[in-house]
Amino acid sequence: MFDYESMRLIWWLFIGVVAIAFALTEGFDFGISTLLPFVGKNDVERRIVINSVGPVWEGNQVWLILLGGAIFAIWPSVYATLFSGLYLAMMLVLFSLFFRPAGFDYRNKLSNPTWRNTWDWCLFLGGTLPPVLLGVLAGNLILGLPFHLDQDLRPFYDGSFLGLLSPFALLCGVVCLVGTSFHGALFLKCRTEGSVQERSRVVASILGLLLILGLAAVMAWVFLGLDRPEITQMAGGDAPSNPLNKTVVAVGAGWLAHFMAHPLMLIAPATGMLALAMAWLLGRGQSTTAAFVFSCLGIASMLLSLGLGLFPFLLISSTAPGSSLTLWDATSSHKTLVLAFWITIIFLPIVLLYTRWVYKVIWGSITEASIIKDTHTLY
Amino acid sequence: MFGDDIVMLSRMQFGLTALYHFLFVPLTLGMTFILGIMESVYVMTGREVYKDMTKFWGKLFAINFAMGVTTGITLEFQFGTNWAYYSHYVGDIFGPLLASEGWMAFFLESTFVGLFFFGWDKLSKVQHLSVTWLLAIGTNISALWILIANGWMQHPVGSEFNFETLRMEMTSFADIFFNPVAQVKFVHTVAAGYVTGSMFVLGISSWYLLNKRDIGFARRSFSIASAFGLASILSVIVLGDESGYTSGETQKIKLAAIEAEWETHPAPASFTVFGLPNQETQTTDYALKIPYALGLVATRSIDEQVMGLKDLKQQSVEKIKNGMIAYGELQKLRAGDRSDATKASFNAHKDDLGYGLLLKKYTEQVTNADAVMIDKAANDTIPKVAPLFWTFRIMVASGFTMLFIFAMAFYYCATRVADQKRWLMRMAVWGIPLPWIAAETGWFVAEVGRQPWTISGVLPTNLSVSSISSEQLWFSIGGFALFYTVLLIIEMYLMIKYVRLGPSSLHTGRYCFEQAASA
Repeated sequence: MFDYESMRLIWWLFIGVVAIAFALTEGFDFGISTLLPFVGKNDVERRIVINSVGPVWEGNQVWLILLGGAIFAIWPSVYATLFSGLYLAMMLVLFSLFFRPAGFDYRNKLSNPTWRNTWDWCLFLGGTLPPVLLGVLAGNLILGLPFHLDQDLRPFYDGSFLGLLSPFALLCGVVCLVGTSFHGALFLKCRTEGSVQERSRVVASILGLLLILGLAAVMAWVFLGLDRPEITQMAGGDAPSNPLNKTVVAVGAGWLAHFMAHPLMLIAPATGMLALAMAWLLGRGQSTTAAFVFSCLGIASMLLSLGLGLFPFLLISSTAPGSSLTLWDATSSHKTLVLAFWITIIFLPIVLLYTRWVYKVIWGSITEASIIKDTHTLY
Repeated sequence: MFGDDIVMLSRMQFGLTALYHFLFVPLTLGMTFILGIMESVYVMTGREVYKDMTKFWGKLFAINFAMGVTTGITLEFQFGTNWAYYSHYVGDIFGPLLASEGWMAFFLESTFVGLFFFGWDKLSKVQHLSVTWLLAIGTNISALWILIANGWMQHPVGSEFNFETLRMEMTSFADIFFNPVAQVKFVHTVAAGYVTGSMFVLGISSWYLLNKRDIGFARRSFSIASAFGLASILSVIVLGDESGYTSGETQKIKLAAIEAEWETHPAPASFTVFGLPNQETQTTDYALKIPYALGLVATRSIDEQVMGLKDLKQQSVEKIKNGMIAYGELQKLRAGDRSDATKASFNAHKDDLGYGLLLKKYTEQVTNADAVMIDKAANDTIPKVAPLFWTFRIMVASGFTMLFIFAMAFYYCATRVADQKRWLMRMAVWGIPLPWIAAETGWFVAEVGRQPWTISGVLPTNLSVSSISSEQLWFSIGGFALFYTVLLIIEMYLMIKYVRLGPSSLHTGRYCFEQAASA
């Protein structure tokens, strides 16, 4: 199982796992920040919302940092092409992330209402812009990005920032925001009581429906309206990583045919839609944990669907299909993949274990009484 | 191949954002350790004042930590956004080091930092103490991995160029991990972090003592800081990163530039305390030299000859000629000539391929470079001497000033008269900026001294950049300037506010301001 080809496939799965962990944990952090000004009507209620993720948002954010680090380590040319090509978009993601640490840590340091209100809107931006931008990014992964590699494998981007904002990509951005907000609302239902919980329930019942409709629209658009390139010839799965050693046609059999070729892959989007429907139905009622668990399952399945849909592509080039990057020809060396594999096999369980312990310690409802009791130590 | 403005702006952005990030990192490194020590004393003695100390210094740590997190993400992003060719070229080695930092360090510190602040009532004493130490260990492991990564950029061992994938690939992880440059850098940098934390606590405690407030609290903080600070500053100086300058060509060039050693002198060379390095004439005017006086700073050259810049440049010329051959063979390999002779010739010269790439600045084809171009490229391998010469001396001077402060503070603590020495306490307050000055100048020496390379001898800086426009760069630089300025003002405001409040910010009712207010 340690041959180069298997390692490349395993790492595709591992990075998928990291991406899913990021979406599930940072997803509700983003979500509660987006909902903050709306489900919290006064300072105590807003502090309830913020403290629902108080002890964990920092650890959750590491999944994003690890996702970046893992792509850098495993798919260096993807990292190089994506981050430099989408320069302005990435800078906007980065700048919007700036609002979060300061927002969480500094808000309660002064009791001035204007100060706190300003930070609330900063947190709103910090929780709202990244999912929109990352959704737009996901949309563009499906559409393909205008880039090419030169003979030295140096990536060049042939498009512009505005070019990213096509109607399809914008739809993806909106759906992604609805998704994180829905996920965050279900999380708040688990961790709060009273009026904040009730408002979260109402929000979830609206957003859940929107999310399902939005995802259905995205899928219909992808299956019926978008072209999918196809690889016609490439070196074997254990060949040295050189993305230029393959032939790709811009228009292949299409996305639906890609799934139909291996119908088992359809389980992923089907599970995703069903799980999100369950999360929505349960979330409208009194259910807390079950609805949140279904939301996690739904989000994970939708990300898996994205990965399977692109497979074996990682980055599709819309202008020079032959420069597209795949999991077979854009990875690091065999040695590096094996090394990183062992590091992950050892540390992933350790990280999950202590993260679980921390969640166990802090778990429980955040109430008005608890905020008032620990007013000087909580966020 | 790219406009000089792209290279210059990319360097400026990375350099400034990295220096800005490093305003917060050393304090985090030091404070987590000091918090661990304070809380250990609390758990062992059960005295509440040590718990208050952990909580109060923890509040200041929190204000700082938020900025460290914010500005750290920037650096990870920039490898991809601004140094795309670098990311492609060395991602095979550099990427796993960053990912290891994520797995082993970022998760540890970020998961436990929340419990440190919010877990006081939810955990037993020993559990909370363990959380604090795990936080401290996390920050230190983080430093370990990033310095292994940086050490590899200074002295790239355990890797080689692969002509099929057109990039550097890992050959030995052990060599990269145990890279001598990385190891001394790690010790030097974390110890400098401990010094920063100690100076911070020492200075602020002194200010409380000078103002005769919260005496018991401040005195205990002062003595912990003085002991930890003295041990740390001695580690920084004695185990300094000096010994790292003996491995690798670029490190040798850096050392010669720091010392403004134009000529090779027989060992042991004299140490130039002051002088005016002159790049044009390649001499140091008005040099004040102390023969043999290498002392603690320069122990490395007692038994080893320091090669002068003129000879080092001559070495670069030879390497550039080798690099031209390597580049020529690489072109043949890429064109499909996979004969054994070509491969053998390429393998014989490929270690100097990077020196061949230096010529790209003067001729795209590389193999047709003439003597003038080679000479220019060799000149490029010698960094500007004066800035390195001076920043290094500022760093060393800051270090020795702090050694004096900590030694005095420790001595007077041991003799129990520290709070009568007002001159010392004043010096400690004014000395608070010193560790930051030392750290920032130290990084300036390390990184500017590595130019013209991003990876010493492997990849020139001007080839490492992304294919982006100067408009894009100005947009991001503008964004950083705006956000970082506003954030710094807010951070400093909060820091000063909470320093002034002192332990009364804990609302225990036991400290200055509170007795008066409640009375």
